[in-house]
Amino acid sequence: MAQVKAKPTPSTSPRPGSGATAQAVGAMPTPYAQPDPALNGVEMTGAAAIIRSLEMAGATDVFGLPGGAILPTYDPLMDSQRLNHILVRHEQGAGHAAQGYAHATGKVGVCIATSGPGATNLVTPIADANMDSIPMVAITGQVGSALIGTDAFQEADIVGITAPITKHNVLVTDPAEIPRAIAEAFYIASHGRPGPVLVDIAKSAQQATTTFQWPGRIDLPGFNSGAKPHAKTVQEAARLLATARRPVLYVGGGVIRSGASAGLRKLTDLSGAAVVTTLMARGALPDSHPQNLGMPGMHGTVAAVAALQKADLIVALGARFDDRVTGKLSSFAPHATIVHADIDPAEIGKNRAVDVPIVGDLKDVFAELVPALTVEHERHGKPDLEAWWQQLDDWRTTYALGFQKTEDGLSSPQHVIQRLGELNDPEQTIYTSGVGQHQMWASQFIKYEHPNTWINSGGLGTMGFSVPAAMGAQVGMRDKQVWAIDGDGCFQMTNQELVTCAINEIPIKVAVVNNSSLGMVRQWQTLFYESRYSNTDLHTGHGTRRIPDFVKLAEAMGCVGLRCESDADVDATIKRANEINDQPVVVDFTVSRDAMVWPMVAAGVSNDEIQYARGVAPAWEREENA
Amino acid sequence: MTTHTLSVLVENKPGVLARVAGLFSRRAFNIHSLAVGQTEHPEISRITVVVDVDELPLEQVTKQLNKLVHVLKIVELERDRSVQRDLLLIKVRADARQRADVLQIVDLFRAHVVDVSTDSLVIEAVGTSEKLQALLAALAPHDVREIVQSGTVAIGRGSRSITERALERVSA
Repeated sequence: MAQVKAKPTPSTSPRPGSGATAQAVGAMPTPYAQPDPALNGVEMTGAAAIIRSLEMAGATDVFGLPGGAILPTYDPLMDSQRLNHILVRHEQGAGHAAQGYAHATGKVGVCIATSGPGATNLVTPIADANMDSIPMVAITGQVGSALIGTDAFQEADIVGITAPITKHNVLVTDPAEIPRAIAEAFYIASHGRPGPVLVDIAKSAQQATTTFQWPGRIDLPGFNSGAKPHAKTVQEAARLLATARRPVLYVGGGVIRSGASAGLRKLTDLSGAAVVTTLMARGALPDSHPQNLGMPGMHGTVAAVAALQKADLIVALGARFDDRVTGKLSSFAPHATIVHADIDPAEIGKNRAVDVPIVGDLKDVFAELVPALTVEHERHGKPDLEAWWQQLDDWRTTYALGFQKTEDGLSSPQHVIQRLGELNDPEQTIYTSGVGQHQMWASQFIKYEHPNTWINSGGLGTMGFSVPAAMGAQVGMRDKQVWAIDGDGCFQMTNQELVTCAINEIPIKVAVVNNSSLGMVRQWQTLFYESRYSNTDLHTGHGTRRIPDFVKLAEAMGCVGLRCESDADVDATIKRANEINDQPVVVDFTVSRDAMVWPMVAAGVSNDEIQYARGVAPAWEREENA
Repeated sequence: MTTHTLSVLVENKPGVLARVAGLFSRRAFNIHSLAVGQTEHPEISRITVVVDVDELPLEQVTKQLNKLVHVLKIVELERDRSVQRDLLLIKVRADARQRADVLQIVDLFRAHVVDVSTDSLVIEAVGTSEKLQALLAALAPHDVREIVQSGTVAIGRGSRSITERALERVSA
């Protein structure tokens, strides 16, 4: 059932975000297509109805892998003029690719798999999309309806399995229900707080004949796509922002999902407040903006962590007070009044008690908060934040992000990542990452200037995310350069999708930051387990047998493989990789395994106990002056 | 921790009960009892859930429930402003000698005997869970062979209907 298209047809729809100046793209509710009179009422198989429905829903690129229970659908898929199907090598790759695609474009990402193991292989990406609020629709085949519940071949109750990790899911056994189910899936995935929706379709429904009826409207009486921000609470937030002495905007991934970066910029400039951008929000405000203190949390900058701890006002914007940000919750930001704006009412007050709740899409929140703040400034004058900024600048300069070379003389992973950021144009480059040390360094040492240029697995922390996510991002953004920053552990989980990339001419670039170990786990073993390195050695780096040899592996998968073993060669290697645009490139950057991610707040302790480097705690003596 | 009774109106679709129940266990809430049935509108089912939970987590679980696509409405029914009832069936071993004693207890609690055999009775009792506990305590000296209990069902006092507005949404 391989696709015969030599090259994926680029979609004809305009791609927001592409081009020289990247725009903020939020999760885009696809404009709802009205029923096509030429299509409604036409007799077709359920399988054809799936394809027509995906087209009606606005999908252009889908990632999947066929198998028994979805086979009927792959037949009409072959004839689709609109759907470009990328045949992956593992369904997990299809899921992460759909995520990367959705994250980069704001459109709903689509993945397709068969029943049983095909569907269960989607579980990780679905859980990931659920945690990071990524709009995604998963279509899975199910065994024929007569076989459901009989432990049939390749049967798994994927609706039951994914109920806790989807925004919604549904089993379809009646072919007439297919168009409505898919229309609703796209609507739910992209409205309100975005998330994954799974549509499981019995093989019998795909094979049966039905009359195609695209619903004239979406009718979901129990679905709330979000409220408008309440004017009173917005006014109260504005009053607080106008009068606080130590205000911080705590910016989360919601700002990116909403496409609200322009509004955030206005609020930042007008309020004069400090801004921290979480792991999911890197790029929501340019790193070059003087008020951006960088990432807060476990591996955040000292300035960002300290700003939250010492703040008298925190305005949380599309953030969820995750434990990786708050550290020990009871000692998080003890002096702060909390304003919390989020489209999901369940986030408000979930972890931290909130003084001023605002429920709404952040674009609307900014649209109302900015003028309300202007009015408050007219009333109270602009607040004097000089002492606060003096304090913040002091932290920022004293405890600037940096790293020291390790004693083994090997290349520094931070240097590799920093140079990647410096040698690539932030306007033209999208970065994805896996999970672990390389992820933290990529968040810390690359300067992001635009939203949707940093794609990573934040909430679930899925190792292996980066290569397939990069593939999806590249398919969605053909004219951008996509760098997957990966670790040697992560890379060995999902690198098979490089085959997909090579065959489909998806020229991603992969920087394997190869420290020959499960680096973050090793770091914790160094710090908390007396350097007893239980099962973290991967034998891929310096002085090992290099199993596997990433360069040879890359070449075997139809990619260009490069190796870089010293700091001196980093620049030239990155430039060489950037010159190759007709093939995926894998660079094996072999680096020191002793490098550690700093600063760090150990798990479960107060953010006040942040360490700037091992054994180096910042002095808080100026606290009283703040 | 206090006991709260929630009425959850849901679209009558397959799997809804599993979703609602799953959400409670997933968010680490302990369900005391759960009862489900159709309402006066066949497209709406009503789930009555009794949970032991503090005020703040209750708000969280209510918000999470509201996010389920098939959940239409959630109302907390306060004890003094609602009627709350459980159904209990009890099988007691009672031959001719003990029968009179057991029947006296049945009368005292305004319960009914719904099955009689030569050596046993099945008692049906309806009431608040406290009343039913008291009945069980009174029967304890006897040979209780088997009991089965329904979940609590509850309805608000007065003329207001909580299903009306939910129905408007469904048929809008």
